[in-house]
Amino acid sequence: MNLDDLPASHRARIVAVDWPSLAPEEGKRLRALGIDEGTEVEIAHRGIFAGKDPIALIVGKMTVALRRSHARAMTVEDI
Amino acid sequence: MSGLRTAALVGNPNAGKSALFNALTGARQKIANYPGVTVERKAGRLTLPSGEPVELIDLPGSYSLDASSPDEEVTRKVVLGEFAGEAKPEVLILVLDASNLEQHLVFAQEVIALGHPTVVALNMFDLAERDGLVVDPGALEQALGVPVIPTVAVRRRGLDRLVEAVASAERKAQEDPSDHPMAHLTLPERRLAARNIAKGAILSQSARHLVHTKLDKVLLHPWLGPPVLFALLFVIFQAVFAWANPLIDALDGGVGALIEMVNAHMSAGILRDFLTQGVLSGVGSVVVFLPQIIILFAFILVLEQSGYMARAAFLMDRLMSYVGLSGRSFIPLLSSFACAIPGIMATRSIADPKDRLTTILIAPLMTCSARLPVYAVIIAAFIPERSVGYGIGLQGLVLFGLYVAGIVGAVLAALVLRRSVTAGRASGFIMELPRYQMPKLGDLLIGLWQRGWIFLRRAGTIIFTVTVVLWIMLSFPKAAPGEDQVDASIAGHLANGLAVVVKPIGFDRDMALSLIPAMAAREVAVSSLATTYAISTDDEDAEVAALTDQLAARWTLPMALAFLAWFVFAPQCLSTIAVARRETNGWKWPIFMLVYLFGLAYIFAGLTFWLASAAGL
Repeated sequence: MNLDDLPASHRARIVAVDWPSLAPEEGKRLRALGIDEGTEVEIAHRGIFAGKDPIALIVGKMTVALRRSHARAMTVEDI
Repeated sequence: MSGLRTAALVGNPNAGKSALFNALTGARQKIANYPGVTVERKAGRLTLPSGEPVELIDLPGSYSLDASSPDEEVTRKVVLGEFAGEAKPEVLILVLDASNLEQHLVFAQEVIALGHPTVVALNMFDLAERDGLVVDPGALEQALGVPVIPTVAVRRRGLDRLVEAVASAERKAQEDPSDHPMAHLTLPERRLAARNIAKGAILSQSARHLVHTKLDKVLLHPWLGPPVLFALLFVIFQAVFAWANPLIDALDGGVGALIEMVNAHMSAGILRDFLTQGVLSGVGSVVVFLPQIIILFAFILVLEQSGYMARAAFLMDRLMSYVGLSGRSFIPLLSSFACAIPGIMATRSIADPKDRLTTILIAPLMTCSARLPVYAVIIAAFIPERSVGYGIGLQGLVLFGLYVAGIVGAVLAALVLRRSVTAGRASGFIMELPRYQMPKLGDLLIGLWQRGWIFLRRAGTIIFTVTVVLWIMLSFPKAAPGEDQVDASIAGHLANGLAVVVKPIGFDRDMALSLIPAMAAREVAVSSLATTYAISTDDEDAEVAALTDQLAARWTLPMALAFLAWFVFAPQCLSTIAVARRETNGWKWPIFMLVYLFGLAYIFAGLTFWLASAAGL
């Protein structure tokens, strides 16, 4: 399951990230924010308008906004 | 200031660094740019317990020394002592958010591993307590090997201890000036260590950020969030108009009283005319808009400090992505409503170069505070002051319409630019949504003081100079008896040439005349109109009528509307052009900006004039 398919308020662990599909600086910024393989995350909110984009992700004590395109590059498993 | 020892604040974004900086240095801060780059350098003076001063600099927030933006690059270079012209700070004050330890410790370890004298400020201790988090500073100190001082910047808690720790770290550094770098850890290693250190330092934690979560449930709600945002923006614009009026009237009265005083105490002559017609009526007519600028900035600062600004970016990201931008552009563009200069400078947080360039190019379309004087005067002169119902004033509504016109123009411009000159891969949107915080009055006042001062300094220098030059151009050569002074003057001749160009879009000679000095800054259009009419009605006995009455008597409604439409688009601000040049490293883009915006201004002023005339207004 990729992160974009994760229902809201479900905790999941990122098991794999398709880094090459992301721009290098985007990957760098995601890792700097602690979003990486092994990170536990939860979708808190989704954007308005069509497409439910962007996503507000809970990472540890932080809330991080990212796009669905980033979420689709991440494989998660339920915990 | 050279030779003064320096200390620097470093830390993650949203660690409360700026609040701590304000608390440590007070209102006396120097804001400039780092040489060669366009990252803001904030410096202030910190007094050690011994009475010795230390220059304290507030470095841009960073997630890592492995920089991914120009801001982070500055932090990295200054911390490593690699920034040319910037002394390596003697002591680093590492600011950690007590309630987000695990995340902030990742960067903290990287900084501490440099082996440079470091003191940790465990900041926002009170927010951590509010969230039911009990942190043991002693355990943290042991794990990190550097002094850890709990601080609450906004309540000045722990500041004395922090300054003492900085002083003793500095003393040690002077005894042993060399760094003792530690083994470099990889990011996963640091992350693992951060988790363990945080686990050891956190004694207990109860419920997670309740306030934070509840507020987000409403403010980021798909149906509640956007109406809240737009209601907020609408309130801001109504407030800028309504609340400022008594203050503006008071300032206006003050300037009028000054002019009368000069008239009463000085004998008639060229010097008196220069003071009253040139200096006082010119600069005075711009300074009276200080209240509006302060009110607008107050709202923007409160939105920033409360953490709502990032939510606005989140809400707007999807919409911005339609025009090929991201939510990150929303903050620079929203700041451009106050002034395009800080707006354009704020684009540095946009990582994607094409995104950033597009944002810079459309930022001048956001209605900046310098347009307010122009809009306010024209609206006051031509739009009747009446209600359209529901407590909404017609004048406020027209002002709102002008703001919307700028936004629509910017959207269309972005769409066209993203498909032509700045075409490229669609950018991403990754940003931290900081926790909500009560904005603090002290920080707000410091911010307002800095911005108000920048505006007044502009009024005092650029606008003063331009007003004086214009007065000279308007007053010389002296008109022959029976001849109009403005027609005879140098400026009159210049404006006659420009008037031919702008005649098709309904502008008369006086309007053309006001456009010349308004190139320096838009609000000068108002002061130059005031100066022009003050001189042309120069009759010893006649009362000089208020500018709005003069305008209402001299202009038709279609002319006034065309003038408003012109200023929605026209890039009449030398400072904006200069900043765009600096931010894009060349003349290519500022010149492009000038050409496309003047083109739009001409077309839309013309359309407005002809449509309004055809409608019989």
